[in-house]
Amino acid sequence: MFKLSDEGINFVKKELARYETKRSAIIPCLYRVQKENDGWVSPESVSYLSELMELPEAWINEVLNFYTMFNKKPVGKLHVQVCNNISCCMLGARELTDHLCKTFNVKPEEISEDGKITISKVECLGSCDTAPMMQINDDYHENLTPGSAEKIIKGMLNGN
Amino acid sequence: MEIKLLTEHYDKKEFRFIEGYKKLGGYETLKKAFSLKPEEIINEVKASGLRGRGGAGFPTGVKWSFLPQNGEKRYLLCNADEGEPGTFKDRLMMERAPHQLIEGMIISAYAINSPKSYIYVRGEYNYPIKVLEKALQEAYDAGYLGKNILGSGFDHDMDIYRGAGAYICGEETGMISSLEGKKGQPKLKPPFPAIKGYLGQPTIVNNVETLAAVKYIIRDGAEAYRKYGTEKSAGTKLFSVSGNVNKPGTYEVPLGYPLMDLINNECGGMKNGAKLKAVIPGGSSAPILTAEEVQKTTMDYECLAQMGSMLGSGAVIVMDDSNCMVDMLKVTLHFYHHESCGQCTPCREGTGWIHKIVSSIVNGEGRLQDIDLLEKIAQQMMGRTICALSDAAAMPTLGFITKFKDEFEFFVREGRSKVKEVRAHA
Ligand SMILES: Cc1cc2nc3c(=O)[nH]c(=O)nc-3n(C[C@H](O)[C@H](O)[C@H](O)COP(=O)(O)O)c2cc1C
Ligand code: SF4
Ligand code: FES
Repeated sequence: MFKLSDEGINFVKKELARYETKRSAIIPCLYRVQKENDGWVSPESVSYLSELMELPEAWINEVLNFYTMFNKKPVGKLHVQVCNNISCCMLGARELTDHLCKTFNVKPEEISEDGKITISKVECLGSCDTAPMMQINDDYHENLTPGSAEKIIKGMLNGN
Repeated sequence: MEIKLLTEHYDKKEFRFIEGYKKLGGYETLKKAFSLKPEEIINEVKASGLRGRGGAGFPTGVKWSFLPQNGEKRYLLCNADEGEPGTFKDRLMMERAPHQLIEGMIISAYAINSPKSYIYVRGEYNYPIKVLEKALQEAYDAGYLGKNILGSGFDHDMDIYRGAGAYICGEETGMISSLEGKKGQPKLKPPFPAIKGYLGQPTIVNNVETLAAVKYIIRDGAEAYRKYGTEKSAGTKLFSVSGNVNKPGTYEVPLGYPLMDLINNECGGMKNGAKLKAVIPGGSSAPILTAEEVQKTTMDYECLAQMGSMLGSGAVIVMDDSNCMVDMLKVTLHFYHHESCGQCTPCREGTGWIHKIVSSIVNGEGRLQDIDLLEKIAQQMMGRTICALSDAAAMPTLGFITKFKDEFEFFVREGRSKVKEVRAHA
């Protein structure tokens, strides 16, 4: 059974009181659940959150399903998100994505067999002057080449 | 030449923290603002000619004066969703100058008599959010936020709200839905947010750059602000330049600045001396300009409107002659199809269709009638939806296919790009 940590429960209580309406706390609380649930939001964690927040499950699912930053299925420990929008594509983002998928033997948006990595194609991340670029978990990595991106990921995989 | 009004201190690390910010004159304008009446500030902003920097270019002071004259609680929302492809100036502003935004927001909130504001930041912007959170705490600790600010009798609370990945939440009513804890679907206008916005209360939504500019208008006066720019496009603007130039980046120049100067002077010219092919001047929703058109373009609202394009968010995407326009349109349409919230049929179906048609051309399966079909569908997508996303997909489509028709026809005929091999990426 999914359950938030005590710290997580306190966070939810604070968020519920933070905004004009309790409903506004759904996004921040889903982020918290995702963080404590290995990077994704499971159906059972939604039921749990609904009870904890005393809000209808339908409201939480509405938010969960609308926003792309909530993962509805498990993702790798490293979630590599390569921008595939216009300025990055002009400077080789798709070739970069293909190279990474091949090197790490995963299909886009799918999790690797060992659970360590997911590579996704995402829309513009607001860093087009340093194209091509990718986001790994919380951080941006910029001015990439296929080689440099591969090296960054390998370094992180070994560090894990 | 660059005019560093908003960006003057962006290279100084200390400007990001309250002590350094104050040393460089920070929060002095807030004191000045409290010596003025709220109406005087609104009038100054009106007189400055400031127009919204988020995309639509609506006059800021005029928007503020749409607020109903009653005691209803008003909200101020800062739009930091920055999702328009090619745009990255708001990120820079939040990272380099969080207090500049906060000061501009307190002044604006005082002008519209709002006790509460939110900065709605796109979810991916982890680092800018951290910088803002710290700055907000500093501002509270220093007494610039909270009750009876600087003894003025004005109370104001400010908070940050993190989005969760949806371009449509940059549309002001989509943002309001999102902030209310719902899916970020835009709402039918009227009523406009100034009348009925967040939780049904009067709400002003302004872009990061707009609110930061307010500080300088109050600091120097409308007259001084108007020294920069043109009659209809007053002041300076931050342009996010990306693509095939030597020095991509954010540059602040006066509105009315020649686009070729921006490319050659600020951005160091075309990368590897390549030939300029086209420029998207205002984010990916802005119709593309050919190299020939670029020569006579100045970066202001009126010139770009006259060229059939728009200034938008100020995202300038520069393309050299190695780019295949059919491929670029495909990338652009993938985005709009992916981001359509789905509640209007012309947008939901239209973005899907046109993306599919352009993809089939790129895959070498195009038919000659597809080009006309694209044009027809795009035309039917315009002006009949709840928000402007549908138009934002249709307008660049029409731009690409009219201005680079030969490339589309070649692709259909030969089953390959006129420019280069385009691989069929999924
Ligand atoms: C689909 C769509 C996306 C938008 N995205 C943004 C955005 O990311 N940032 C922004 O400031 N304005 C965006 N806008 C414009 C807002 O709706 C609104 O006009 C703006 O925030 C008003 O602020 P301003 O007058 O200061 O520009 C978008 C509009 C549309 C139709
Ligand atoms: S135009 Fe598109 S994005 Fe805008 S409200 Fe309608 S379906 Fe949603
Ligand atoms: S296009 Fe890739 S970060 Fe903007």
